[in-house]
Amino acid sequence: MRDVAVVGIGMNDFGELWKKSLRTIWAESAFAALSDAGVDSVDLITIGCMSPGLFVGQEHLSSVLADELGMAGVPASRVESACASGGLALRTGFAEVASGLSDTVLVTGVEKMTDVDGADATYALGTAADQEWEGFHGITFPGLYAMLAVAHMEKYGTTSEQLAAVAVKNHANGLLNPHAQYHLKVSVEDVLESTMVADPLHLFDCSPVTDGAAAVVLTTVERAKELSGDRPVVTITGSGLATDTITLANREDLTELAAVRLAAERAYKMAGRKPEDLHVVEVHDCFTIAEVMATEAIGLFDPGYGASAVEDGLTSLQGKIPVNPSGGLKSKGHPVGATGVAQAAEIVTQLRGEAGQRQVEGATIGLAQNMGGSGGSSIVHILEVAS
Amino acid sequence: MISPGRSWREFPQRYRLEAAKCETCGKIHYPPRVACSKCGGTTFENITLPREGKVVTFTIVRVPPAGFTEQTPLPIAIVELMDGVRIMVQIGDLADPSELEIGMPVRLEFRRISWDGEAGLIFYGHKAVKS
Repeated sequence: MRDVAVVGIGMNDFGELWKKSLRTIWAESAFAALSDAGVDSVDLITIGCMSPGLFVGQEHLSSVLADELGMAGVPASRVESACASGGLALRTGFAEVASGLSDTVLVTGVEKMTDVDGADATYALGTAADQEWEGFHGITFPGLYAMLAVAHMEKYGTTSEQLAAVAVKNHANGLLNPHAQYHLKVSVEDVLESTMVADPLHLFDCSPVTDGAAAVVLTTVERAKELSGDRPVVTITGSGLATDTITLANREDLTELAAVRLAAERAYKMAGRKPEDLHVVEVHDCFTIAEVMATEAIGLFDPGYGASAVEDGLTSLQGKIPVNPSGGLKSKGHPVGATGVAQAAEIVTQLRGEAGQRQVEGATIGLAQNMGGSGGSSIVHILEVAS
Repeated sequence: MISPGRSWREFPQRYRLEAAKCETCGKIHYPPRVACSKCGGTTFENITLPREGKVVTFTIVRVPPAGFTEQTPLPIAIVELMDGVRIMVQIGDLADPSELEIGMPVRLEFRRISWDGEAGLIFYGHKAVKS
């Protein structure tokens, strides 16, 4: 396998972008990444997008988006793994460059979620769960994570206050990220007093509906060194992908995210790293409980200690291992197909030392964890500054 | 959005709680599947799930999806049945949703789950009630 570097990133504002279409927000981030990389042609475009069919009534994004970029003719491929579609697009691009099938790949993620109303958006997101054996009974996505939260609380004594601390931390980080959807200071009381969505999860335990896109350019380390000038070259040293049962009812243990654990184990093995080596981490906090369970599954904390770690400040920007310095899905926003790519873009920004006020000082090794549905799939990447 | 074809296809599981017991290793699958997820076996005995069980985890959905707005707040649980099979079901007949707790003994009853007025379809299945 060849070593693979991230040589360009494209991150624009996330939010309710009513004036812009899917193809516009996508192309803006794609051009930003190409410009950041200093390349004007690529061998492949990968696109992570969960459900353009349900959100904007458009399939066939490979042609639509290559065309929008003025690159009709270039190979393009849309991949889907629900909310982990972006991470899967990154892994697909990584595999292409590592294998030698492509030299330079434009990896993108996008979701345009506000062209439909709330009920239709809820339905579209719900298709990431088992529609026949879960959706049939009226369960929602917050409801599925609420069930995981209840099980975690029962086994480990995790509290609503501890979950609220995740939202407080991520909103505090989001205040420092100019691209974040929400720039809000949120207190534990704000979270606990917000509307109950699915017991025990409040509105402020949930990530929002967001329009957004993100892109990164991958190439060989040799070419990246030529293109990067004085900037640090960031490489992808580990990539792990895993699945779990689609229904929660078929999981033996409702207090762990097995797909996340497996994906992380595979990424650590490829990179020759362990959790203690990490300096900065982005995890898939679609709900506050998801961040707690993800940090346990990737080995930052023992099972049952993820919630107290947040309350104790271990994962804050100044903590032992900063988690979601970008603000996470919670504050930065969660355009589902874009999230996995945006996470990687944040880690690259941190490893380059270009994160401004939210910079984790001296970070040279980072991890990004993306997750589909209620943990039915997960993708983990480890990124490092090349020596 | 459940089509008449899909609704009809699922009658054996929804109406009669039919499940598949692997003839090789004995694992019970609800719904039935093509190959056993434990041993890979492909021959199954058609069995009926027991109706008694207990709540393993739960939530109360306060912001419902389309089709369930008239049933809000909507208690939903994962229930472990007497034979160890776990299924997701609504909890019916609760005067106060806060009664719901882990370990609560429940019994499955045949109920209307939701309906699609536009398509003229009514979807039946099982809900769990406190036993």
